Formats: sequence, structure tokens, C-alpha cells
Amino acid sequence: MSKVRVLVGTKKGAFILTSDGKREQWDVNGPHFAGWEMYHLKGSPVDPSRIYASQTSGWFGQLIQRSDDGGKTWQPPGSNPEELKGPDGMPKGESNKFVYEGEVGTHKWYDGTQHPWEFKRIWHLEPSLTDPDTVYAGAEDAAIFKTVDGGKTWKELSGLRGAKGHLWQPGAGGMAVHTILLDSKNANRIFIAISAAGAFRTEDGGKTWKPVNRGLKSQYELPDPDAEVGHCVHRIAMHPSRPDVLFMQKHWDVMRTDNAGEQWREVSGNLPTDFGFPIDVHAHEPETIYVVPIKNDSEHFPPDGKLRVYRSRTGGNEWEALTKGLPQKDCYVNVLRDAMAVDSLEPCGVYFGTSGGQVYCSANSGDSWNPIVRDLPGVLSVEVQVLP
Amino acid sequence: MIRVVLPYHLRNLARVDAELQLEVGGPVTVRSVLDALEARHPVLRGTIRDHVTLRRRPFVRFFACKEDLSLESPDAELPEAIVSGTEPFLIVGAMAGG
Repeated sequence: MSKVRVLVGTKKGAFILTSDGKREQWDVNGPHFAGWEMYHLKGSPVDPSRIYASQTSGWFGQLIQRSDDGGKTWQPPGSNPEELKGPDGMPKGESNKFVYEGEVGTHKWYDGTQHPWEFKRIWHLEPSLTDPDTVYAGAEDAAIFKTVDGGKTWKELSGLRGAKGHLWQPGAGGMAVHTILLDSKNANRIFIAISAAGAFRTEDGGKTWKPVNRGLKSQYELPDPDAEVGHCVHRIAMHPSRPDVLFMQKHWDVMRTDNAGEQWREVSGNLPTDFGFPIDVHAHEPETIYVVPIKNDSEHFPPDGKLRVYRSRTGGNEWEALTKGLPQKDCYVNVLRDAMAVDSLEPCGVYFGTSGGQVYCSANSGDSWNPIVRDLPGVLSVEVQVLP
Repeated sequence: MIRVVLPYHLRNLARVDAELQLEVGGPVTVRSVLDALEARHPVLRGTIRDHVTLRRRPFVRFFACKEDLSLESPDAELPEAIVSGTEPFLIVGAMAGG
């Protein structure tokens, strides 16, 4: 029977949750990197034992960790003794060296003034679909970096900042590349999303990028609601079989595009509120999508204290509340943008983590839910791997 | 030998005990101590000072002999008690909750 491994990043360490394919009994392993903010962990699709992790701290900065044995042991890439000395005998230790290319430039600050780009942390790691040594990293301040040597060294794909970066601005959580979607049918095409700049697409492997935000409206966030860049996109999601179809949870509004971002349309439909952070797509039904509505941008918790995932089986507009097994009173947690994932088992498993430290699993496409754990530190990210 | 004390998280990262002993060639300064520390434990590069500018990270402080040396020039010689190994050089995470 298949095995499932859930990788959970929290504000105070990482946890690895494992179960068999029934997804009823779970082992909880951790904390790994106790006390550090673990923004994101993700396994390579071609080598599930290879897992990358973003470890960060306000005191000591950014680190990248790598496991080659499914999370049992970890090391910063390139820190084996034989790899540590450069040709001049000086230490290398560059797996956490994220340096912007060329002129650093400025972006908009909260008060409308221009502010220089400053590296703060890695929010998201997206391993290549074909090569375990190639990984993309989404950074705050917003930029995308790439490694082709398993995380030992990183290089910025600086063309992204050329896509009107001077007009981007931070959201409440900072200004970060938080979403990276790789096109399984076209290795040169990547989508990324930034709060608060919008969605961007490259067709040449990251050399040049184009804003793809037509149809987004940000009436209260931008002086021009239809601006080409500046929108606070919280998350975008794609089904691997249909890379031209993207779903978006914007600051406000749930959106969809059927032409790779050339034009978006709103599909919020009957949601109780269209504010939220995560959005994801069912593994086997490309028109089935999930969101977690949050009351509003000033009150980051579910409406009426009821934690409800909403599912649309029609690609948006028509939504149903999924409540079975979720707290329906006195619940005031949030679910962050990287804290939802689906597995590829049948039936599809859906997972999400909360700011209150609960990680929930549905082993039946969202019909019912069970907590895997209830009392972790606040959850920043959730990813899932299906193992043979 | 120069005695260096690391904060908890950096000790775990470098997989060392609380106090290290380092051989430092030439004048003993913050810069030369950190150079020697990073040469011995490259995993610490970027965690105490910036990779490129070599500026101290804002939430890291340097204490020695009951003094805060964080704002001193990195090329200023450290007190004789540090050079002689009588007192340790303390690398500290700035006091902040969380």
C-alpha cells in the first residue's frame, strides 16, 4: 500500500507526518530545526527522498537544508567536509548566499516612497519536475533564485525584477515570491505570484517575465484598480494536466484564467467572503478547487468562528461548504497561502494547517476531515508526498 | 587560543559545544575572529554577518569583558583578556521575545 508523507513548516520548527494510504493513523516526527521559522519544505517529484527546506530566523538569517533520506537526516547543501574549501582554501558555505544580480533598485514602500531591495528570506522552494538538483526559490524581497547543484549555490533570475519591479509593494506579510508553478508540458514556462505585485509568466526559462494580471481588480488597494502590476495575489494553483488553466485567491476575489493568465475572470460566486489565502486543485478532477474563506483583510479568521473549506466542482462560481470534522464554533484561526496541499491517491487527500497549529486531513476529497495533530506551532506551510 | 561562545541556535547549526577555541593569526579583532570561526565552520557564513558586505546582522551582538563591542570597528583590536584567552568573546542573539 502507498505511504503518505506530509511536510509541515511551522513558526518554531518542521514536522513530518506519515501514514499509510488509508490516512487514518499518523506518526508525528519532529520538531526538526526546533525554534527556527520553517517557511517551506518540499520534496523532489523525481526523487521523493530528496527534500529541500527553508530555515530562517530574524536573528541569524536564511539557511537552506537538504535531506537525501526522506527527512531522517539534514544538512545544508555543500557542507560535506570535502565540499567546504574553495580553490583558494577559503570556506565556501554558500547554500544560504542569495545575492541580487546587478543594480539592486527600489520598490514601493508602505508609505508610497521608494525603498531599496533587501533580501530577507526564502518563502517557497519549488523543485524541478525532472531534475532533483534543480530548484527554484521564491524570495522576500520579491525575486526568484535557481540552483542547479542541489542547493549549494543560487543565482537570481533577475529578469523578473525588470517586470516593473519599481511599482511593486509589500503586503502585510512582506513582498515575496510565494508561489512558483512549473508547467509540466513546457519546461520553459513558469508562473509566479507576488504580494503585492501580481502574477507573472516566463516563456524562456526565467530570462524574461511578463505581468499576467488583466482582469484583476483591486478597488481599495490600488489607485488604478485595473493596474498592470501591484495586485495582492495570495496564491495561484494549477492542475498539471491543464497548465493554461490557473485559479487564483487574490486578496479579495477568487479568479480563474483559461489562457495562461492573458485574461482573468472572477469565480467567487456564492462564497460567504472571497478573501482568503490558499487555493488548490483536486488531483484527479481539474475543475474541482478548494479555498478557505477568511472574514476580511482586517480580521484574519473564518466568518462566524466556523472553520469551513469551500469546494467547487465546477471550476468556481458554485461553492459548497465542507464542515464535517472541522470546528463549527469558536474557531478563530487563519490558514496561510502555502498551508494547503493535495495528494495523488484515490480518493484524493486534502490537507491544510492553521495558525493555531492544527493540521487537518481529508482522505475523501474534502467530504470529511480529521485532525492529524492539534497543537503544533503556527503552521506556515504544508506539502504532501505519496510514496510507493 | 581565543575562546568564543555561540548562541544556542548557532551551536546547534555548527554542531559544537557552547564554547569554542580558535587559533587566530595576526591582530585579534572581531573580523579576524569571525574569519577564523567561519573557516572552521562554514555553515555559519551568512548567519552572523552578511555574505557580501560582512556587516553584522542587526539582531546579533558582540560582548566581551562586560562591554558591548557591537558598534566598535570590526578592525579594532579586542581587549587583552580576549587575546590571552582569560575571557571569552560572546556572540549573542539580541534580546527580543518570540
